[in-house]
Amino acid sequence: MAPLKYLYSTDHKVIGLLYGFTSLCFLLVGFVLVIVIRWQLAFPGQPVPYVAGLLGAANAPGGIVLPEFYNQLGAMHGTIMVFLGVVPLAVGAFGNYLVPLQIGAPDMAFPRLNLASYWFYAAGGAIMLASFFLPGGAANNGWTSYAPLSDLAPGHGQTFWLLGMLFIIFSSLLGALNFITTIVQLRAPGLTWFRLPFFVWAQFVTAFLLLLAFPALQAAALLQGMDRLAGSSFFLPSGLAVSGQALDVAGGGNALLWQHLFWFLGHPEVYVLILPAMGIAAEVIANNTRKPLWGYRVMVYSVFVLGFLSFVVWAHHMFLTGMGTAISAFFQTTTMIISIPSVVILSSLILSLYGGSIRFTTPMLFALAFLPMFGIGGLTGLPLGLATTDIPLHDTNYVVGHFHYLVAPGTIFALFAGIYHWFPRITGRMMNDVLGRIHFAGSLICMNVIFLPMFVQGLAGVNRRLWDGGAEYAHAQGVLHFNVPMSIAAFGLAFFQLFFIVNLFMSIRYGRRVDTNPWEATTLEWNTGTAPVRVYRDPYDYSVPGAKADFTPQYERAEA
Amino acid sequence: MHTLPYTTEIRPDTGLTNPKLGIWLFLASEVMLFGSLFSAYALLRSGAASWPDQSAVLSVPLATLNTVILISSSVTMVLAWSGARAGRMDRFRIYMGLTLLCGAGFLAVKAVEYGDKFAHGLLPSTDNFLALYFTMTGVHAVHVLAGMVVNAFLLGPGARMWRSEPERFTNRVEVAGIYWHFVDVVWIFLFPVLYLL
Ligand code: HEM
Ligand SMILES: [Cu+2]
Repeated sequence: MAPLKYLYSTDHKVIGLLYGFTSLCFLLVGFVLVIVIRWQLAFPGQPVPYVAGLLGAANAPGGIVLPEFYNQLGAMHGTIMVFLGVVPLAVGAFGNYLVPLQIGAPDMAFPRLNLASYWFYAAGGAIMLASFFLPGGAANNGWTSYAPLSDLAPGHGQTFWLLGMLFIIFSSLLGALNFITTIVQLRAPGLTWFRLPFFVWAQFVTAFLLLLAFPALQAAALLQGMDRLAGSSFFLPSGLAVSGQALDVAGGGNALLWQHLFWFLGHPEVYVLILPAMGIAAEVIANNTRKPLWGYRVMVYSVFVLGFLSFVVWAHHMFLTGMGTAISAFFQTTTMIISIPSVVILSSLILSLYGGSIRFTTPMLFALAFLPMFGIGGLTGLPLGLATTDIPLHDTNYVVGHFHYLVAPGTIFALFAGIYHWFPRITGRMMNDVLGRIHFAGSLICMNVIFLPMFVQGLAGVNRRLWDGGAEYAHAQGVLHFNVPMSIAAFGLAFFQLFFIVNLFMSIRYGRRVDTNPWEATTLEWNTGTAPVRVYRDPYDYSVPGAKADFTPQYERAEA
Repeated sequence: MHTLPYTTEIRPDTGLTNPKLGIWLFLASEVMLFGSLFSAYALLRSGAASWPDQSAVLSVPLATLNTVILISSSVTMVLAWSGARAGRMDRFRIYMGLTLLCGAGFLAVKAVEYGDKFAHGLLPSTDNFLALYFTMTGVHAVHVLAGMVVNAFLLGPGARMWRSEPERFTNRVEVAGIYWHFVDVVWIFLFPVLYLL
């Protein structure tokens, strides 16, 4: 076996696995960064135990995290988790592996572009990682890179961040046009639009978001690159002074321009983080309730409405900038409207459970937990979408709690569900159930212990991105004691991931061998026959009255 | 490797080939990229206390020349494609060569313009108009260069496909042409916005 050949294979399954392996590694890196953050928040100014030496004397002399380094950790945790971890796993890995299989296509429409997309992603990731070793360290202006702070940040960390982002953006543009073309053009005969599994729909809309939203950040990154390297003033207003010194620049720029361009990408990006997760949850739920999805068509329409509206809500991240009440009113309205299709999808998934004979498999446990966790994340977002309530909550730990409920016990749980669910499709073996359940229960508890108190802290007014977690502030004193249990839960979360990692690698070799369709699923990816695929029916023909089994695969010809 | 359907033949229910859909999607993202840059221009200019007289800073005659060059190159690109479609490789070669020449001419004029600005100390750091000018025309020039690389490939090593799969080759020329016209259209927007308005 020549392992190298996998690095330049154009097979979508191999590329999907490459994406999967790489993005899981990045998730781990992003998680390790946040472990250090959580140490610092619980025990500010105390040396990090065990790994102090790895942090570097310039970053953490004697193991004590410096504020500058804390900022790097936060910015890079966000960047790595979003752009190098979750999206490449949800889209690059799951999408690449499953979309062609689920639509019965021989491969992606452009196999070589697909490989190029992976390598651009890998290069972008390498640039981001390399930036930690620069003299001034990595970018430290938050994952949002707000100007003028980021424009003026010393060192080259921010420049590397911009360069890395350009690579990542190019990678996802290539990926996105590939997905759309594949889904439009390569559906198997008989696979009409409304016979597509919901997962494919989710990936389809996601691809449009990536295709049309990312270029705004591409432009923004170019402009900021010009500001940093060529001395232009796109984001530097006139009369800007730093440390009492007037800046020697032309001025005339607009710091809000950055925020508009960033959030024009940034908001659709959060849907990129959650739509594939909803798609995975839908597949797992249909399969384990042995029922068709409740309201499949409405879900499809909702995901489209969601996709469209996600382009007109971006400035709800900017209520505090003083952009004006008229503009705020517009974005509050659109934000309230966009919550409707999200609720429709989530409610449909919950209603799908009703009357099902549920199989509580490990993937199903994760998918079930996804629902309330995602619900908490979504509901806590409503006050952030209204300017009056956002003003006190903005930039507090409440926000951190809100979006982590969506992406951590939300999306990440759905991704775990997907891994446990499709592992047998990839390896022909099951993952261990006992280890899986321990992983699930431990993660569920720890996640909630970490993120639930963040709402309380945020409501008390504790800001996010604080090196000492707020110890300097009188109003924070009443809620600071939460930080220790929260951090212990974060370390516990790390511990429970070991069960997953061990399970993953062990099951590749020693997992229980299974047939081609161990979950008795209906969708095409479980059809490993060699005959050309043809589709005869809807995606979720479970428990069809009169059928010979409680599932009738899409590729099974209708009885005469 | 398996052969993928609809690389050259049209899928009946969508009426498209894969590359055709792919290039249109790519251009959609390009529209968003340039759209973002134009929006930045609009926002910065509308908020500026003062704005230079653009046509006095930049050279309108040179830009007019470049507009003519680029539009001509779009015409020769179409002629190259129709040559390939008619099976006349000799015509394809001539017109594709001319397209490349026009592209090179465009970049040469651009280089003269840039050099002239630099010589007068007009830099991106001078003011935001010049910064926008350099960024937007720079991004555009990179697109021209990328198109030239593709065209050169089709004229050089890529032309071998003509003998094995003439139809697929013609489609490639068409797709490269769609991109090339797009680059041309972007310039048609850049020219008035940066030089005349
Ligand atoms: C599951 C374990 C995770 C934990 C314990 C965790 C914890 C944290 C904490 C404590 C912060 C605030 C740091 C600060 O501002 O001082 C933070 C910020 C952030 N996290 Fe996470 N996180 C996790 C997973 C994720 C995931 C999966 C994503 C994305 C998909 C993510 C995205 C972000 C972003 C974007 C920020 C904001 C960074 C900034 O301030 O610029 N996190 N995280
Ligand atoms: Cu948003």
